[in-house]
Amino acid sequence: MTGYVIRRLLLAIPVLLGIVFVVFTLVRLIPGDPCRAALGERATDEICEPYLERRGLNEPIPVQFVYYLRELARGDLGDSYRQGRPVTQMLVERLPVTLQLSFFALLFAILVGIPLGIVSANWHNSGVDVATMITANIGVSMPVFWLGLMLQYVFAVLLKDTPLQLPPSGTLQAGVIIPPLYETYEWQVSGAVKTALDFLSKMHALNALFSGNMKGLADALRHLILPAFALGTIPMAIIARMTRSSLLEVLGLDYIRTARSKGLKEWAVIMRHGLRNAMLPVVTIIGLQFGILLAGAVLTETIFNLSGVGRALYEAITARDYRVVEGFTLVIAVLFVTINLIVDVSYAYLDPRVRLQ
Amino acid sequence: MMTNSKLSSPEVASLEETVSHRPSSLWRDAFRHLFRKRSAIVGMVLLAALLFVALFHTLLATHDPEIPMLDIPEEVAAGVKKRMPPCVHLLGCPEEIPQHILGTDGNLRDFYSRMVYGAQWSLIIGFTTVGFAIVLGTLLGAVAGYAGGWVDNVIMRLMDVMLAFPSLILSIAIVTVLGPGLINALLAIGIVSIPVYSRIVRASVLSVKEADFVTADRALGVRSSRILFHRILPNALTPLIVAGTLGIATAILDAAALSFLGLGAQPPMPEWGSMLGAERNQVFTAPHLVFFPGIAIMLTVLSFNLLGDGMRDALDPRLNR
Repeated sequence: MTGYVIRRLLLAIPVLLGIVFVVFTLVRLIPGDPCRAALGERATDEICEPYLERRGLNEPIPVQFVYYLRELARGDLGDSYRQGRPVTQMLVERLPVTLQLSFFALLFAILVGIPLGIVSANWHNSGVDVATMITANIGVSMPVFWLGLMLQYVFAVLLKDTPLQLPPSGTLQAGVIIPPLYETYEWQVSGAVKTALDFLSKMHALNALFSGNMKGLADALRHLILPAFALGTIPMAIIARMTRSSLLEVLGLDYIRTARSKGLKEWAVIMRHGLRNAMLPVVTIIGLQFGILLAGAVLTETIFNLSGVGRALYEAITARDYRVVEGFTLVIAVLFVTINLIVDVSYAYLDPRVRLQ
Repeated sequence: MMTNSKLSSPEVASLEETVSHRPSSLWRDAFRHLFRKRSAIVGMVLLAALLFVALFHTLLATHDPEIPMLDIPEEVAAGVKKRMPPCVHLLGCPEEIPQHILGTDGNLRDFYSRMVYGAQWSLIIGFTTVGFAIVLGTLLGAVAGYAGGWVDNVIMRLMDVMLAFPSLILSIAIVTVLGPGLINALLAIGIVSIPVYSRIVRASVLSVKEADFVTADRALGVRSSRILFHRILPNALTPLIVAGTLGIATAILDAAALSFLGLGAQPPMPEWGSMLGAERNQVFTAPHLVFFPGIAIMLTVLSFNLLGDGMRDALDPRLNR
């Protein structure tokens, strides 16, 4: 097992280097010089020359790539052209919102998708099955942004003044404040711990839970329902379809017939014998959903006005803030690779056959 | 044909022919199975409807899709306003108001006509991007699989890196480089889709490269290019068709997302994604301007998804029916 993990880690290194190279190349290919992108179209050569000199942008491209790697190794993603702040600082502010949203979206997708798949496989070709599969097919075909906008309309306009009314944007209602943990509990913290707690405080639901602030938790969750539903629908449909087909395949195997012939109850056959083996491909599919979630976050956060990584990326693109685009794209890709790695390793843990290949 | 590969001696083959009434082929079987699947039929009907609208858009549209109606006196005099909700005379809309069955948009254009013109764009987007990706992916995959060695390694590692990005994020990054616009968005989505096809082609090249019929060809002195196009690629055709059909669905969704973000089709082009993006802030006051383009995108994507799933089942010889 350890050997397998090490082998997978080593295999990930060239991919990560490749990602860095692709992102670097893409940004260098952007037409126009970086100085005028940063300082404006009317910057003169006298201003630009020292600017380029200072940042090493006059060097040949391969030298620049080495500089870039050196910066990355120090954990430096450069400064935003527009805001003049380090990209890493923006990332620390924005990432928690996206992580929390993705977490709840995935939670919804798993909690709804897997039971739907089981029901569908168990009553194969019945009305329930057909209905589930129609829902799943429509679910994978819907544009995320459209679903989000329609949810906003239904829950904020049509259901206005009913108990089902839900806020269409933002993360907390005006006036609701959930302070960081160190303020709630009056801890004396500094440095990395403070940064970590600040990071946590942007995940309002979690922060409220740890602070014991139930009113804040309820409000944070109310704001999360619509975006998480919009973002989680496609993964939910994919998980439901995968669970169904995988379970159907397993239920046709000999050992299931043996289990049935022993006189086991049907639910025990499905839940204890069938599902355990059927879950392997489902775990892989769940891991692959992170890509969809991260890409969908760009759209969902834009619609629901959440200041996460996705919306920051969109804003940076419209503002031509290339350093931010570069940094955020890089971080998203690295996150994606890391999660896939974790999925692969957990898959090997669940299925010993994988380790031997 | 494919299921009987074990029966190779001529006697058995002729016996086989006398037993079955007519010789069956993979494609004929596939079509029969496809037409038996309800979901695939739904997909085909939806697609046929879409094709009809796309082909006859000039006949179906009632107004010009891009020119505002400000200059048409009778429309203005009759009180046609911006973002008017749908008005259908048959459903009780007063006769004196001109009929706009899907309402008007923020620039006082007939929304129905814009929707009709949009159908062709979604099909063009789907087919061009996937066509581009299949051609390049096939070339890369075939070269990688056939050449092997370091060529294979370089090409496939590059594909791995491209797959390491969430596809929409990479297309956004590419469009940032190329500049916003429909052509660039299509190019970006096409580039991002290449790895899927190159992997499929490489896998089938590897699986038949050492087969006897290829060795025989090589012994006869057949050119490499001929072996590739006449012997190896036909084996990759079925998985490519299935992946391509499903890929069209993804491409249409991604293109709509790029247009929605303002990186793809630019106004006034009647493209569904950009129509939706242009009116998204009006969702609370004029929901029809968001609802209809979204439904249209969804039905288009659904038709390709259903058809692709159906074809996968129909073309899979392992499924015993």
